[in-house]
Amino acid sequence: MKNNVIALLSGTLFGLGLAISHMINPAKVLAFLDVAGHWDPSLALVMGSALVVMAPTWRWQRRRPNGPAGDNRRNDLSRIDAPLVIGAALFGIGWGLVGYCPGPAISALALLRLKPLIFVAAMIAGMAILETFPSRKY
Amino acid sequence: MTEFTPWSALAGGTLIGLASAVLLLSAGRIAGISGITAGLLRPWHGGGVWRWMFIVGLILGTVLYGLFGGNLAAVQIDANTATLIGGGLLVGFGTRLGGGCTSGHGVCGISRFSIRSITATLIFMATAAAVVFVTHHVLGGGA
Repeated sequence: MKNNVIALLSGTLFGLGLAISHMINPAKVLAFLDVAGHWDPSLALVMGSALVVMAPTWRWQRRRPNGPAGDNRRNDLSRIDAPLVIGAALFGIGWGLVGYCPGPAISALALLRLKPLIFVAAMIAGMAILETFPSRKY
Repeated sequence: MTEFTPWSALAGGTLIGLASAVLLLSAGRIAGISGITAGLLRPWHGGGVWRWMFIVGLILGTVLYGLFGGNLAAVQIDANTATLIGGGLLVGFGTRLGGGCTSGHGVCGISRFSIRSITATLIFMATAAAVVFVTHHVLGGGA
């Protein structure tokens, strides 16, 4: 129950942040990616300010031996393998084609427009294709 | 074409950082949107409700922004249906294969100085920029 309330709060703050920073607008994201055109560096500041908050948070989290258990204790953070490289490249191609990554696309469902819905449906289908791989390991 | 908006970018980014911090410190979870969403596809792993709550929140955030006077009409989606479907498939498949997206690798991973996340972020930024260069400057016009 507690985790559900926290997740709702965190998701709402996250969605508000995406909307305020205009990351729910693909034109804005594509303008950041268009380094050879009329470049809009806004996305760099969005990511930078989120990192400024999260870097000390990780330091704090590491010093809490009795902190909540979850998926924050991975210890293979320096392993570079083919799925990481190929997956990131494929994601980048899709991101560059449309201007949506998963968070802003889901948040944009609130617009009640058809295009975000089509994108999110295709995105979930893409995830489902991978989830059905028999060799998938987590 | 959009203009540089430093203040809204800083405010929004700070909120995204705070949202990620709340989830990490209180629930021990990484605010990686692709991972949270994909987890819904395997509910037998348990703990599905918090994922739904997070996603409802994501949508609610944009609703609140609109209610408090945010300009949602400015959102401009140029991609046609075929591009939306192709791009969506690539984003869904790619983020799961690579284990994260802009939030999980880009914010949560880089902030813990993960070499994996830094590598992934450099790769998806570079390929996305390359695609935009081709669609906007080589082929001309939007995608």
